[in-house]
Amino acid sequence: MSTLTPQPVLLGRSGLVFLGVVLGAAVLVPLLNLATSPDSALHVPTYVVSLLGKYLTYALLALSVDLIWGYVGILSLGHGAFFALGGYAMGMYLMRQIGPRGVYGDPVLPDFMVFLNWKELPWFWHGFDLFPFAALMVLLAPGILALVFGWFAFRSRVTGVYLSIITQAMTFALLLAFFRNDMGFGGNNGLTDFKDILGFNIQADGTRLVLFVLSALALALGYVLCRFLVRSHFGKVLIAIRDAETRVRFTGYRAENYKLVAFVVSAMLAGIAGALYVPQVGIINPGEFSPANSIEIIVWVAVGGRGTLIGAALGAVLVNYAKTYFTSGLLAPYWLFMLGGLFVAVTLFLPKGIVGTFYEWRDRRASATPADGGLPEPKPAE
Amino acid sequence: MSAADTLEPESAPVEAIARKDLTEALLYLDGVTVTFDGFRALNALSFTVDPGEMRAIIGPNGAGKTTMMDCITGKTRPDKGDVFFNGGTTDLTKLDETQIATLGIGRKFQKPTVFESHTVLDNLRLALKGQRGALANIFKRETAAEREKIDAIFETIKLSEHRHRMGGDLSHGQKQWLEIGMLLAQDPKLLLVDEPVAGMTDAETAQTAELLREINANGHSVVVVEHDMTFVRDLGVRVMCLHEGAVLAEGTLDQVSANERVIEVYLGR
Ligand SMILES: Nc1ncnc2c1ncn2[C@@H]1O[C@H](COP(=O)(O)OP(=O)(O)OP(=O)(O)O)[C@@H](O)[C@H]1O
Ligand SMILES: [Mg+2]
Repeated sequence: MSTLTPQPVLLGRSGLVFLGVVLGAAVLVPLLNLATSPDSALHVPTYVVSLLGKYLTYALLALSVDLIWGYVGILSLGHGAFFALGGYAMGMYLMRQIGPRGVYGDPVLPDFMVFLNWKELPWFWHGFDLFPFAALMVLLAPGILALVFGWFAFRSRVTGVYLSIITQAMTFALLLAFFRNDMGFGGNNGLTDFKDILGFNIQADGTRLVLFVLSALALALGYVLCRFLVRSHFGKVLIAIRDAETRVRFTGYRAENYKLVAFVVSAMLAGIAGALYVPQVGIINPGEFSPANSIEIIVWVAVGGRGTLIGAALGAVLVNYAKTYFTSGLLAPYWLFMLGGLFVAVTLFLPKGIVGTFYEWRDRRASATPADGGLPEPKPAE
Repeated sequence: MSAADTLEPESAPVEAIARKDLTEALLYLDGVTVTFDGFRALNALSFTVDPGEMRAIIGPNGAGKTTMMDCITGKTRPDKGDVFFNGGTTDLTKLDETQIATLGIGRKFQKPTVFESHTVLDNLRLALKGQRGALANIFKRETAAEREKIDAIFETIKLSEHRHRMGGDLSHGQKQWLEIGMLLAQDPKLLLVDEPVAGMTDAETAQTAELLREINANGHSVVVVEHDMTFVRDLGVRVMCLHEGAVLAEGTLDQVSANERVIEVYLGR
């Protein structure tokens, strides 16, 4: 019997380790890039820095999914859409920064608009030449979509697999829309050929290092925010909704409002991830809306450990490292099979994911109360 | 249930309640009818509960006891009939579960439902009357007054030494008590308690009767559904027997258990 009061700490030991690793990478990776000679075994080439930066944005995306899937039980199969919207908002800013340096040399219109014979900038492209406006849109575009979508879905009490299906439909609808040239987002080709960001050359090594560091900081802050949320009274209600939504309603909470707040925060985090992703990979196109992308995020979270936050981030990095590794070799055609196989294997043999399993093992060893999160074993109700 | 039962003409087994009761009753049901796919789970059910009263409800399986609670708490909308709260001032059929809970009607489910992956302490914290807004609760801090209230509830439900265990790890009986504790934390005017002693030992059953009497003595109105006759006797309150969605008999336990129809449909077998 344990009557020890669990420490009401924000981060816990694993949280501190996680932050240490992320912030440590933010210092060490640029250092190894700058301070070592290219021949040194320790040297980290700039393309690797950008690759790692991309993984970090995926980690933030996975974190956003874990917030709603792990803690509220909302299995969103459309979170790629929020990521892509954040990415497009950033992409539009980067397009406007090209100015007259485009192939057609138009001072205002991006190349694809000139190509389509458009005479003036569509109304929704105005303001994107200003970074603060674009940054606001990175949050608002996914946030407002999540607000509207969630308002209808949660109010009508759509849950479970139906909710998953309509999130998938949402991202698919956006995929089709963004493919169209007349939508004004560059159609099939998307937005690319970026030149600079805030006046810095986007290809320059220094810019790439800074983007990497910003991605690490965003992940660290995103983690602290999510951790704060799930440990607050608000977060306890979220977990209660996940486990017994009816009970929550009969206790006087508006479950739909709680879900909505979590969903909007999650969408905004995904949007920030997308905005950091685009300058590092140099392109955003409608493919980011593809339903398969959103499903992949679920695999990352499941592998790392749903409902642990750290696990989601870890899973994103590990699975994407594997993806980079395998899709560049002989096994490339089989990557999707491997991914599917991985998901099945994790579901069967490691249902709590890597971090969840670790927590379970640690708690069993300590045989104390789990003070650090992780999904406790769901007890079958008689 | 045979098809013939469901086709019986609508009859009001209890005399329509005089209108004056409406303004005096805490809870007022009149002619409440609920149909599931043609099957009448509640058949023009009418009764009232006075402020401060404790009422026991008995009746065979499928009599409609749980459905009655569903109608009061907004889970099920009646096809017909009135459900009023607070002396007729509030029409419960127009409100949803959350609004009804906020008005001061708490409910313990037939199958004990606690938050399994929260500690016992957090279960009570979540139930405690207070701020329910999503944004405000992001920054909520527990006050000393709240901590005291929770400690008092722990005294009452005797789960103090389990406060840091997970809700899901409790025994069946402990979950029942925790759920009653959560009801107390909500501090409702009216408690609807569905089969609170199912799965309890005799000693626990007696303690639960004691606990409910105490809760009632502290000014809460209580409606208890239970099959356990010893328990109902321990409560020592007015008893109502439901059958086929309507009130079959009402009175003291002795009166009700002497009723021939009650013996026939419920006690006799
Ligand atoms: N959602 C539903 N859909 C269809 N039928 C239902 C539904 N809910 C209840 N019923 C039926 O209505 C009848 C009354 O059910 P109810 O649960 O109210 O009985 P009860 O008096 O609580 O019985 P018990 O003592 O077994 O708990 C039962 O025949 C039940 O099968
Ligand atoms: Mg019942």
